[in-house]
Amino acid sequence: MSTLTLSGINKRYDNGAHAVRGVDMDISDGELIVFVGPSGCGKSTLLRMVAGLEAITEGEMKIDGTRINEISPADRDVAMVFQNYALYPHMSVFRNMAYGLSNRGMAKSDIEAKVRETARMLRIEDYLERKPAQLSGGQRQRVAMGRAIVRSPKLFLFDEPLSNLDAKLRVQMRIEIKRLQRELGVTSIYVTHDQTEAMTLADRLAVINEGKVEQMGSPMDLYSDPKTLFVASFIGSPHINLLPARFENGELQVGATTMPGFEALPEGVPLMLGVRPEHIAQHPEGAFEISVDLVEQLGADSLIYGAVSGFNGDEPHELCVRAGEASQREPGELLKLNFETDRAMVFRQDSGERLV
Amino acid sequence: MKRVQFERSTVPYFFVAPQIAIIAVFFLWPAAQAIYQSFLLEDAFGLSSQFVWFRNYEDTILNFAWLQSAGFTVVFSAAVTLGSLSIALLLAVKANEVLHGSSSYKTMLMWAYAVAPPVAGLMGNLMFNPFIGDLYTAMNVLGWDFNQKLDAFDAGFVVILISVWKQVSVNFIFFLSGLQGISKGVMEAATLDCRSPTKRFWTITFPLLAPTTFFLMVINITYAFFETFGIIDTTTRGAPGGATNTLVYKVYTDGFLGADLGGSSAQSVILMLMVLALTVFQFRFIERKVHY
Ligand SMILES: Nc1ncnc2c1ncn2[C@@H]1O[C@H](COP(=O)(O)OP(=O)(O)OP(=O)(O)O)[C@@H](O)[C@H]1O
Ligand SMILES: [Mg+2]
Repeated sequence: MSTLTLSGINKRYDNGAHAVRGVDMDISDGELIVFVGPSGCGKSTLLRMVAGLEAITEGEMKIDGTRINEISPADRDVAMVFQNYALYPHMSVFRNMAYGLSNRGMAKSDIEAKVRETARMLRIEDYLERKPAQLSGGQRQRVAMGRAIVRSPKLFLFDEPLSNLDAKLRVQMRIEIKRLQRELGVTSIYVTHDQTEAMTLADRLAVINEGKVEQMGSPMDLYSDPKTLFVASFIGSPHINLLPARFENGELQVGATTMPGFEALPEGVPLMLGVRPEHIAQHPEGAFEISVDLVEQLGADSLIYGAVSGFNGDEPHELCVRAGEASQREPGELLKLNFETDRAMVFRQDSGERLV
Repeated sequence: MKRVQFERSTVPYFFVAPQIAIIAVFFLWPAAQAIYQSFLLEDAFGLSSQFVWFRNYEDTILNFAWLQSAGFTVVFSAAVTLGSLSIALLLAVKANEVLHGSSSYKTMLMWAYAVAPPVAGLMGNLMFNPFIGDLYTAMNVLGWDFNQKLDAFDAGFVVILISVWKQVSVNFIFFLSGLQGISKGVMEAATLDCRSPTKRFWTITFPLLAPTTFFLMVINITYAFFETFGIIDTTTRGAPGGATNTLVYKVYTDGFLGADLGGSSAQSVILMLMVLALTVFQFRFIERKVHY
């Protein structure tokens, strides 16, 4: 029902912090977009600009093609779910949900019906008369969701809504948010710094770094085809393995090992080889050797951690290998490995740009 | 409801003993004295006294001067409380919009509270002095035929103004802390839910400030009843014709200047009962509505 367009968005705070730098984005109707990035990268700032809680220093925002820069938050018809829920402490759950509707002049009987319907959907109809202080964290979370849903807004905005919940509830609510968003079909933006949450929720992900969108695309795109070192290292759990490398005499040198299969890379600049843990195979005649430090059993598979030989001590040379089945490796063991050359990536260390 | 029961011991009584002693010496004993005195009628020289039951009370309540004083006290207290609370709230809301917890600034705004009531009264007296008072001149220039020595309304205006001025600062500080205690997220959520800032104030901000307002209301009523004594004593002294005589000031003038100890005691007992009733009312009926 609604699209959102950001063009050339910049945000400078009064103290000079340049929190958002030239963001362009097109969000189509019904999409669930996730902003993900490290702490302080400007995700909340960008979201709050969409909500109208922060002024837009530069650039233009449009909802359904209409410029919203100067429109007050209440008139943008967006609803937001805050990290600490921000429920009105002096109002009952019912009044919390009804407040936005009655301010928009909806008739009393319609409000009643709408609130009850939403409460049923979120299974909070038993708490309608309670004050927020009399609810558990998870119930408050649902009320905050209900307050957003009940208004049937053009956009849902979520700013780390699950970060105050325990791990189990977080997974449960994550699934529920996804389901509700599908059912209601409301265009949504979801901010998180948890990349698992980002991967599982998103139709499309925007990875933000220092105020800029590094890359935007479907979770699988970003995982298998990252455009920058930052995106490669941010997306994926466990993290991608990164080993310093250089291109000399037409060959890629990784520590003491020469890796075949790479051509036409710039010589003499520091490079970074990136390999995901599942793209490393154990092989009796492998080119790389690690001494096993730790084995993590995950049930279906296991993760082997170890240090690669042939590097001097200062350089990063820790490696994580995903082993297909429960692995019998012991700490201290030496293990020969091969990297899947066609899945490996090469980045420039200085700019982070991906070369292969 | 179940309560935790501790073994009885005499030790706690030692700890509360100093407080009990202070209450006994400075409140219970004088109060008992006042009640006793209020049943006595003394002769003009204070040499003999006679037990007269409720005569002093009858004389007090049926006396026009007392009724006038009671009327003024109600108007005065309401005006001072409402005036100082609303001015302070307005200032605090405005300050809260621009100020983010800079405490030195807050302390600077607090200074008027440090002025003792009689000093505030003297300052007010100077400002409303017919010969050198700037405010006196200003009022008359602005076309208000102002004279607090002759006109009851003008005199009331002066004492109310000074009392409000003195109390605004402390109310302001409490309101400002109250406002800064309201979660930023809640205010932002309200911005998305309600377009009108005025409506947001009355539906969100004001109810969330209610505990502060209630506390300040109790403090301010007590202030208006009792502590303004010094202001009245240094400005109007109840003039003209008893029009600015608060009940407390009347207790003082009748007892110490008029030497009517019995009558004055009866008045103070009545005052005590009024305050008691007011306090009970505040806690029973208003407090219940303000906590969430
Ligand atoms: N009100 C403000 N005034 C000045 N600078 C601010 C303000 N709010 C945020 N910043 C700065 O802007 C940058 C981006 O902040 P933002 O809150 O958007 O980060 P974030 O990506 O949401 O981080 P987190 O994951 O920790 O919530 C930070 O460097 C922060 O210091
Ligand atoms: Mg944030």
